[in-house]
Amino acid sequence: MKIAVLRHLAIVAGVAALLGTTAKAEDPVRGGTLITTLPQTPRHLNPAVQSGIVTGAPGAQLFAAPLRYDEDWTPQPYLAESWAWSDDGLSMTLNLVQGATFHDGDPITSEDVAFSVETIKANHPFKTMFGVVETVETPDDHTAILKLSQPHPALLLAMSSQLMPIIPKHIYGDGQDPKSHPRNGQDVVGSGPFKFVEFTADQQVILERNDDFFIEGRPYLDRIVYRIIKDASARAIGMENGELHMTTFENTVRNIKRMSENDDLVATDEGYAAIGPINWLAFNTGSDGPLADKRVRQAIAYAIDKNFILNAIMLGLSQESKTGIHPGSPLYYPDVNGYDLDIDKANALLDEAGYEKGADGIRFSLTIDHGNPTTKPQAEFTKASLAKVGIDVTVNSFVDFPTWANKISNHDFDMTWDTVFNWGDPVIGVHRTYDSQNIKEGVIWSNTQQYANNRIDELMAQAGQEIDPDKRAALYKEFQEILAEDLPVYWTNTLPYHTIYNKKVGNPPLGIWSSSSPYDLVFLKE
Amino acid sequence: MGFLVVLAQRTLYGLLLLLAVLVLNFTMINLAPGDVVDTIAADMGGASAELVAQIRAEYGLDQPVIVQLGNYVWRVFQFDLGQSYFYNRPVTEMIFERLPATLLLVFSAQIFALVVGILLGVFAAQRPNGILSHIVTLFALFGYAAPVFWTGILLLIAFSLKIPLFPVAGMRDVTVEGFLPQALSVAHHLVLPMLTLGSIFIALYSRLCRASMLEVLGSDYVRTAKAKGLSPRDVTMKHALKNALPPVVTLAGLQFSAVISGAVLVETVFSWPGLGQLALTSILARDTPTILGILFFSALVVIVGNLLTDLVLRLIDPRVRGKA
Repeated sequence: MKIAVLRHLAIVAGVAALLGTTAKAEDPVRGGTLITTLPQTPRHLNPAVQSGIVTGAPGAQLFAAPLRYDEDWTPQPYLAESWAWSDDGLSMTLNLVQGATFHDGDPITSEDVAFSVETIKANHPFKTMFGVVETVETPDDHTAILKLSQPHPALLLAMSSQLMPIIPKHIYGDGQDPKSHPRNGQDVVGSGPFKFVEFTADQQVILERNDDFFIEGRPYLDRIVYRIIKDASARAIGMENGELHMTTFENTVRNIKRMSENDDLVATDEGYAAIGPINWLAFNTGSDGPLADKRVRQAIAYAIDKNFILNAIMLGLSQESKTGIHPGSPLYYPDVNGYDLDIDKANALLDEAGYEKGADGIRFSLTIDHGNPTTKPQAEFTKASLAKVGIDVTVNSFVDFPTWANKISNHDFDMTWDTVFNWGDPVIGVHRTYDSQNIKEGVIWSNTQQYANNRIDELMAQAGQEIDPDKRAALYKEFQEILAEDLPVYWTNTLPYHTIYNKKVGNPPLGIWSSSSPYDLVFLKE
Repeated sequence: MGFLVVLAQRTLYGLLLLLAVLVLNFTMINLAPGDVVDTIAADMGGASAELVAQIRAEYGLDQPVIVQLGNYVWRVFQFDLGQSYFYNRPVTEMIFERLPATLLLVFSAQIFALVVGILLGVFAAQRPNGILSHIVTLFALFGYAAPVFWTGILLLIAFSLKIPLFPVAGMRDVTVEGFLPQALSVAHHLVLPMLTLGSIFIALYSRLCRASMLEVLGSDYVRTAKAKGLSPRDVTMKHALKNALPPVVTLAGLQFSAVISGAVLVETVFSWPGLGQLALTSILARDTPTILGILFFSALVVIVGNLLTDLVLRLIDPRVRGKA
């Protein structure tokens, strides 16, 4: 009897203890070193003059931006405690937090904001982000006013960590070329939650807590170690054996599947909506051949079974994308033609376009390239699919990136599988693909399809300047409808980017910028 | 005296070889489509036409290839390997940062393969038709035939994941302080890459050693030694092996360049921060100064490796000493 009571008590105590720990697990704890990964060595760590995810990840820890974003695309105060558009949409006033300092102790002022905008505008590859910023006025140390030549709603997304790091003028304003500044990769002085400790190529980037960070009590972690591991399987094994706490931007589906089956790990595709990577089949619409006819392009789309790509090649780990805007974006319009498999329709369209089957059952021949080794299955699948409607396809083997880029950017191709990123606002990463002014020989990820449509050009010009979110969404709706009809590229799916983290990690970076957002809230449990 | 002449001769050949390495590789890289600006643009997620033209001009890539080659060779003669286009750092600095890691990997793998290969060869030669001899051969050939990256991943799954004895990537644990603990950490990280790289060459060395041992074991002086009443062990180790070794050492010297190229893959699989990884990145990025710098140093390592082989041969084989 006594024993039974004791046992009962013990169970109650155990349950209480369990509840206690679960409740506590959500409270962030100070301390610890987060071990995470980079899939390549960054050229350097200064995102003001270098785009890309491997610079963006440590860059967002080293440098703070005016705004930050949660998972709902809502801007949050960061280095700017408040911000406001003027009524005409031609100026943006930023009120900076008081008392913020760079890692060397110097105050962060509006002068630094102005300098950062100028540096990014002059050196960053995405010219559309700050191209319309004419001047930055600095009435006092804590107020910066961006004056624009035309309304530019994309500015709000451009002011987040990945794209607008606030860099110290007293370091980078010394007259040296900011793109090759020696302080980009060594002795970096930033404004963000973590300070620079070490950057060794092909080994690691080490950052430590900025004790004077402008948000009281943060960050929670003492250190972040980014281990540079190029081999995806090695990263997966490191996650499974506990050597690594977290890895981001994983896109090899078999490894993701394996890691997601591990009880200690969580795999999620949250966090990639802003970067917005989309796989698509691009057509060279400027060639004299059949691809200049939109019916042929539509027929090709109808002949390819998108579900096979989504389920068999991507193992169900990526989302369908019916347009060039990422499905995670509030501007995505899904009610367009998705070109579900329809062989009869494909044949009818090809007949209508005047490409009858020859005696050998072949209508015409095309070549297909693919922009990286991982899209080889798609290229092979396209060949097999199009054979069914009488299009003979030769798959060009992938040699390496520069070989492919040289070929595609000089318009020497018929079709190619490609992966292109949205980079937040459509103005930054979407317009470039369809803008008839952006048909530029020798430049990869310009309008290499040589697609031109006046209405699309008009819509982009209007949407780029429309401040009213509803009107803007309506413009992008029409934009997506026309493109889905014209089909200069056939969009199929998002890249299966996943973040995999150990359950020990609290507040993993699942906002729209994934690992290119500040880790001041991330903590290690226990 | 003879040796000095050989040394001078070899050095001269070596220099000519280096020049040829530079000119040929420069030409080859320029024949490949695309250039570093494509990769820099890609790395940035796309770039404007103005920026692309600007970077091309900055690196002198808009000049004729022959002018670029002339400039490059002239700079190398002034002991300047130039700046990396991709990382914006002096190539020499980047190479010296990584040379130790590669040398450590290459030499330890080579020594491991030699020691194991010779032991297996000697063992197999004792009973050339025994079942164990065949097992040894099979095992060695398997290591030779399997692709390096596959062996590497397999070892990782076995000894990092299933039986977590070794770390999955890198060269040292960044949290370890002090010289001795750091050295131990490096040794710990070295085991799997060394096994992977060495496994390819074990087959070569053991097969050759076995054949060479069999030949020597059949010769008259071995019979004499046996007739003198020496123990089988003394006959094998003191008389036979010593004479069976020179071909193996010669092969090991010739294989030096193969070991270095094997290191490229091994370094990538194990994130070993050596020249191989840098070479791969640089080729994919068309980072010409870096690739040429690495090839230059690799050629140097091969030349030095071959010289060392000659030296070792002289030590173990008195017959070579007499010849120039």
